Amino acid sequence: MRVKLPAAILLLWAAAAVLAGALGLDPDRIRLELILAPPWEAGWLGYDDLGRPLLDRVIAGARTSFWVALWVVSLSAVAGTLIGSISGYLGGKVDRVVVHVIDIFLAFPGILLAIALAGILGPGIGNVVIALSLVGWVGFARLARAQVLSLKQREHVAAAIALGSRRRRIILRHLIPLLSAPLIVEATFGVASIVIAEAGLSFLGLGVQPPAASWGSMIRDGTRYLLVAPHMVLVPGLAMLLVVLAVNLLGDRLRDRMDVRLR
Amino acid sequence: MSECNHGSNNSRRMTDKLLTVRDLQVRFGEGEGAVRAVDGVSFAIDRGETLALLGESGCGKSMTALALLRLLPQPVGHIAGGQVLLEGQDLLALPEMRMRQVRGGRIAMIFQEPMTSLNPVMTVGRQIGEVLAAHKGLKGRAARARSVELLGLVGIPDAGRRVDEYPHQLSGGMKQRVMIAMALAGEPDLLIADEPTTALDVTIQAQVLELMRDIQRETGMAMLLITHDLGVVAGMADRVAVMYAGQLVEQASRADFFTEPRHPYSRKLFAALPDMDKRDRPLTVIPGTVPTLDQSFHACRFADRCASAWRTCHEVEPAWLEEADGRGVRCHLYDPAHPNPPAAGSEAEPDRLAARSAAPRDLLEVSRLKVHFPIHKGLFKRTVGHVYAVDDVDIHIPTGRTLALVGESGCGKTTVGKAILQLLRPTAGSVRFDGDELTRLRGEALRRRRREFQIIFQDPFSSMNPRMQVGDIIEEGMVAQGLVPDAGARRQRVEELLEQVGLRPEHARRYPHEFSGGQRQRICVARALAVEPRLIICDEPTSALDVSVQAQILNLLKRLQLELDLAYLFITHNISVVAYLADRVAVMYLGRIVEEGPVDRVLTDPQHPYTRALLSAVPRIDTDTGREVIRLEGDIPSPSNPPTGCHFHPRCPQAMERCRQAYPDRFERGSEHWARCWLLE
Repeated sequence: MRVKLPAAILLLWAAAAVLAGALGLDPDRIRLELILAPPWEAGWLGYDDLGRPLLDRVIAGARTSFWVALWVVSLSAVAGTLIGSISGYLGGKVDRVVVHVIDIFLAFPGILLAIALAGILGPGIGNVVIALSLVGWVGFARLARAQVLSLKQREHVAAAIALGSRRRRIILRHLIPLLSAPLIVEATFGVASIVIAEAGLSFLGLGVQPPAASWGSMIRDGTRYLLVAPHMVLVPGLAMLLVVLAVNLLGDRLRDRMDVRLR
Repeated sequence: MSECNHGSNNSRRMTDKLLTVRDLQVRFGEGEGAVRAVDGVSFAIDRGETLALLGESGCGKSMTALALLRLLPQPVGHIAGGQVLLEGQDLLALPEMRMRQVRGGRIAMIFQEPMTSLNPVMTVGRQIGEVLAAHKGLKGRAARARSVELLGLVGIPDAGRRVDEYPHQLSGGMKQRVMIAMALAGEPDLLIADEPTTALDVTIQAQVLELMRDIQRETGMAMLLITHDLGVVAGMADRVAVMYAGQLVEQASRADFFTEPRHPYSRKLFAALPDMDKRDRPLTVIPGTVPTLDQSFHACRFADRCASAWRTCHEVEPAWLEEADGRGVRCHLYDPAHPNPPAAGSEAEPDRLAARSAAPRDLLEVSRLKVHFPIHKGLFKRTVGHVYAVDDVDIHIPTGRTLALVGESGCGKTTVGKAILQLLRPTAGSVRFDGDELTRLRGEALRRRRREFQIIFQDPFSSMNPRMQVGDIIEEGMVAQGLVPDAGARRQRVEELLEQVGLRPEHARRYPHEFSGGQRQRICVARALAVEPRLIICDEPTSALDVSVQAQILNLLKRLQLELDLAYLFITHNISVVAYLADRVAVMYLGRIVEEGPVDRVLTDPQHPYTRALLSAVPRIDTDTGREVIRLEGDIPSPSNPPTGCHFHPRCPQAMERCRQAYPDRFERGSEHWARCWLLE
């Protein structure tokens, strides 16, 4: 139960994202006679203020949030891990600079920074990915650096240095494989926060542009009709809630399995 | 089968019995696959007596101790049968409430690791106070006064102040004393000491063992001493019980045991000990490994590893054979019911090792080596002082020879090794390897040079990457140095190396966690050998291993030295290993070498008072009573603030006025043997 239901939700999310193109969706078709029609009157999930089908739009929004989350987490995990482990391993001046940069990034509320960056870069889904990745790498870098600081004291690292292994090989073969467990846990929780952040940026109009669909922009469109057509907010809102909840539940589970200290 | 130690005809001794254990069974898990960690152990301890439970790791000796107190790890471990009688009362039948009064009150226990056995956020006084409150009903002022008294009893100076300190403010030896004070607080009848000095330095070990003997004499408390160290047994025990694979295999008085051990396993344990007399031949090893305990045995558990085993041993389980004087053994050799072996498999004398070429030239020359670590403090991390980890060390090692660097923890011996390898950059001094100055080499040039000097670490568990296969681990140096570019040839070389260190070629595709400690250490040796080095720095390579496994690794190192003309810098605190392996010895104290010379001269005729104290503190198996331990007071001072003059003077029994003022010069005593001590002037 604790694993199966969240896993099913996430599978559905991923399937919707991958198969959205093949489903023959029509998220932009306007049917003027069905404007603001609630779910019990027409369609599966009703229609929005322009007479577009919410089911199609929610699936299209799933696709947006899934790919944004995937890209942002991959980019920031790779960049953050590399920066963090190199900085931790080299130490000295490089490390001091990196630590200061991380501190500065952490001093800003992440979403504000992302808003500012997205604002500078201009609206668009590609820019959302860039903005969120620029904020997201910091967490991975900090975690990777802390792990490397303790791992590099291990004797197998000293043995590798004594054998004449190059730094690149030591970082890639002796350090990063050993810190994957906490990073995978961090990445899982990262997915949840990215889904929310993307929705937030889209809500503010900095993400996908009309008429393309995103859960965030759907919620924004719905707020104006909250009292007459609450389903416009509830449908994308519930979709997001389910995904974030599922990710967090699975993340907890994963952390319990990977964290040896809890065994 | 008379499992009980003494016959019932001996009624006087029956009344002396404090603890009687009968047929104790400890299991881990349930059903067929259950591990029988302790399988039918019986012994008894008289009042005031010390019984040593001797055995290698995994034989079940700690589990026996924990079972006595019903402290087995829950929920997997449980007592499956037997009796534990404390003055006739069966502890296994007591309700948990009553058992709590026994623990700490009638039976107290001290553990191996004083660092983790004390609560770091409670003062020493409060921790002792807890025991006093639970068992003696003492609280407040009375408890504090008694705590101070107890700390004084265990030899902690300035006990009135120490009672308010936290564990991290105390040294390792002090912490173990506090543990003993806590154990004594309940005035127990029996003290169970589980490897009480294994984590301590040898001079501190001598202090703690002497303290335990003194306290036992004063209080008449009995002791169950669990250890793997024959030397500790020789110095402490009244009787000895040897454990193997969950069973007792021999029990005897100390004198009987050390003059004539009966069981083949006991005899092998003695033979595997390194010492000076065995230098010119390989040590005796016990082949094979301890059988896993998740099976039921229908033969002798030691038969597969026993040189004297014959057919009966593989077919019939040996019974416990008891003699009148409480001596017993579990071996068919002593059983009149079984015909003796056709020809008692006489153990072939191991081949003598070939003699070595004479007068080689120096491979490594270290002079005036210094490694100082800055201490940063305060908001701006200003340097407020230095830790003088290594201060003016000279070392010479010729090709194919072994220099042992001996000293207690914190003396800087590991730092010397790392500084030679340039894993730590020295603060000052020179490290010349085959004529080239290593301290000046940087980057690629140093990296290339690294194949000529390698290191083997103490802990075979953390010195290998757990995510890499053994083959990749061994191959690493060859890849890094570009030695064998062809992958197929490299694999073949890995297989050769595995065979050279006594492992099998197919092991290359396994992961480190699938191997035992001794096997892992062999893999580490193979990894170092892969780059064909000329010098190997061995940093305590056997101190995490059992005696029989240690013998295997020492044999391997000795054989490889002869075959490959390797030079070793052998960093250790184990004097008997030094005696067996080293050509020269350097003794280190607080960052400096205080004495150096040929191994036979330094060990038989030590010049420096510290060397003398160190050698006398080593527990020895020859139980000659004439030997006197030179007891060193106090702990090793901090290397960040070494004493003025001779660093050793605050602990030195022969310190003079001059020692407080000036660091001693080097005084020669015969050729190539010198010490830094004003006494030699």
